[in-house]
Amino acid sequence: MKGRARGARGVAAVVSSGALLVASGCGTTDDGEVELVIETFGTFGYEELLKEFEEDTGIAVEERVYGEVEDWNDQLTQNLAADDGLGDVVAIEEGILLDVMQTSDSFHDLNEYGAGDMEDSFLDWKWEMGHTPDGKLLGLGTDIGGMGICYRADLYEEAGLSTDREELSSQWETWDDFIEVGKEFEESDVDASFADTTSEFSNAIMRQSGDVMFFNKDDELIIEESEAVERAWDISGQMIENDLTAELEMWSDDWTAAIQEGAFATMPCPAWMLGQIEENAGEDNAGKWDVAEVPGNGGNWGGSWLGVPTQTEHPEEAAQLAQFLTSPEGHQGAWEARNNLPSSPETLESDAVQNHTNEYFSDAPVGEIYAEGALELEPVYFGLNHFPVQQATNAEALLSWEQGNADRDEAWAQAVEEAERIAE
Amino acid sequence: MSVVKSGARSRDEESSPGAPREGPDPAQRERRERRAALRSRLDVRLSPYLFVSPYFILFGMFGLFPVLFTFWISLHEWGLLTGNQGFIGLENYAGLLGDGKFWQALVNTLGIFLLAIVPQLLIALLLADTLNRRLRFRGFFRVGIIIPYITSIAAMAIIFGQLFGREFGLINYALEMIGVGGVDWPNNRLASWTAIAVMIDWRWIGFNTLIYLAAMQAIPRDLYEAAAIDGASRLRQFAQITIPMVRPTIMFTVIIGTIGQMQLFTEPVIFGQGVAGGTQGQFQTVAMLMFQEAMERQNFGYGSAIAWVIFLLIVVFALINILFVSRIRSAG
Repeated sequence: MKGRARGARGVAAVVSSGALLVASGCGTTDDGEVELVIETFGTFGYEELLKEFEEDTGIAVEERVYGEVEDWNDQLTQNLAADDGLGDVVAIEEGILLDVMQTSDSFHDLNEYGAGDMEDSFLDWKWEMGHTPDGKLLGLGTDIGGMGICYRADLYEEAGLSTDREELSSQWETWDDFIEVGKEFEESDVDASFADTTSEFSNAIMRQSGDVMFFNKDDELIIEESEAVERAWDISGQMIENDLTAELEMWSDDWTAAIQEGAFATMPCPAWMLGQIEENAGEDNAGKWDVAEVPGNGGNWGGSWLGVPTQTEHPEEAAQLAQFLTSPEGHQGAWEARNNLPSSPETLESDAVQNHTNEYFSDAPVGEIYAEGALELEPVYFGLNHFPVQQATNAEALLSWEQGNADRDEAWAQAVEEAERIAE
Repeated sequence: MSVVKSGARSRDEESSPGAPREGPDPAQRERRERRAALRSRLDVRLSPYLFVSPYFILFGMFGLFPVLFTFWISLHEWGLLTGNQGFIGLENYAGLLGDGKFWQALVNTLGIFLLAIVPQLLIALLLADTLNRRLRFRGFFRVGIIIPYITSIAAMAIIFGQLFGREFGLINYALEMIGVGGVDWPNNRLASWTAIAVMIDWRWIGFNTLIYLAAMQAIPRDLYEAAAIDGASRLRQFAQITIPMVRPTIMFTVIIGTIGQMQLFTEPVIFGQGVAGGTQGQFQTVAMLMFQEAMERQNFGYGSAIAWVIFLLIVVFALINILFVSRIRSAG
């Protein structure tokens, strides 16, 4: 999960109520029953599952949801540093996982709570990545992010393009083909842009090509040599030069207004994005979106783990909750609620996922589209500080070029400078 | 009889051991008096400190200690999650001097400060002068003017952020309606400063107005009457009586404004949805840079150095202001 929604409100909540959130803590109710707090962000789809857990165990659970992953990452690191204020179970996103592992003492080894038996119910790499270098089981995998492309079929039709998901999938086998489709869209007189912004496209492309991105496996910054980054900037550059985007800042109020208005027609769509689009575009746009396959070779984008901080007063119950939510049953519940792609092979192969269609996305067979590639996915390596570097390059520098405040060279210079500054 | 007598004597005998206690034993008495004197002296000397101590204890815990500890951290390479990585002396400060991003943030902070404070104080002065006159519904206006101050900054910044949107903002919509064409509020440096200055002013004008109003009400009425008899216009009265009489108050608001502005954070953070302050740091303030370094990028030592520089800047600005005030006083 890497989902984010309603940017400003998220920041506002952090700014104004950070202290409040910390203060309310976790613990036991007056009558001695255990009460757990789970902290997540975006749309994990845990509402029903938590109710089920409460009914089964009698343990009350409160879910605190942060809007954007950035907000949550900040809160998580601060509360880890302060050694206070975290919930009993916390979500750790892939971009910050390695940073969090630096403080592996702050988390319980879930092996001690019997989670070691769960190995077979996860994809191998997802299971591995949840371990610290010295073999502690720090996090249990939640979702993964197989990729697709979401598009507004009604706008495509207006532009005279195909609206059929299979036809589109074969039309944009490569990203270059994708740019051609975009140009065709822009040449029509539809009053909308082909895409929202390059920020998330560049993130998607980067994760598709190669095994490393900004950092090599020794955690050295390789932004200037990285093929993945070069490719992401090349294709984003073509989108910018052909004016294929609405120049929106991802997750801004403008972006939310634009998706509700139908001001753009295409988005990169890892599985977790389905929930984000549905939530941001709202009921009015139900049935207008559809999902096709992603150009290029698939890839993984996003996904999280659940960890139990040592700050908790109830490690046993917290570990129980984490295990329940990441069990095949938990994966299925999250899939059904928000189409968060399971990291459990058993669930991926189940009929519940394979035959699942999404009503909001014109009954697209999302189970088939996403689960197909998910079993063969290979993860990319992130490196320490990946997240701030990605933010500074793909969200800020690239966007300044896209919005016309810098040319390509200036934007690239800014990206490299910021990345070096962060990595230093 | 004998019984009574013996009883009386026995009473005498009983009371006799107590006699020394009642009786004037000079040494003991002196000691007691000295103790009482000491107590009362201590009471006079110490009690005031005890009464004010809660403030200083709290200040020590939440003011002084963090300031000193921040300085200690700023002398180290210190990661947010990794902790102390070793003493590096003033290296963080040296790095700061050569850091283009820091200077840009400083320019942004001062630029927004100037854009905000000048109209803010001017408008507040004029409003206070208006409210100081005979006016229908005066009470209503006086209360109304402070209402922006009590709204949450975050809520306000979200609303203004939407007004100043790039594509779907109400202000750009209006500008395009009248044919002027939209402004790229978040990206154009000066435009973004203006948008933030508007937010600050909306919130602070009322506060300053009330302070000016209080100062103006202390000006003797007969000054105005005399001026009116001499034929001075309203404007002349304002310029030559009101302004000079509230000058110390103006300095006070400038000092308060400066301290607040050097720490400018919430409005630009919400406007730019993060501490980066725009795609190129167009409106990243020093406080935002501090937060970005310390929290997002986990350079806690470097962030602490920035925090200390903000502290020093505030001290410098306060000193400059005090110098001005004392000059005005002595001139007055």
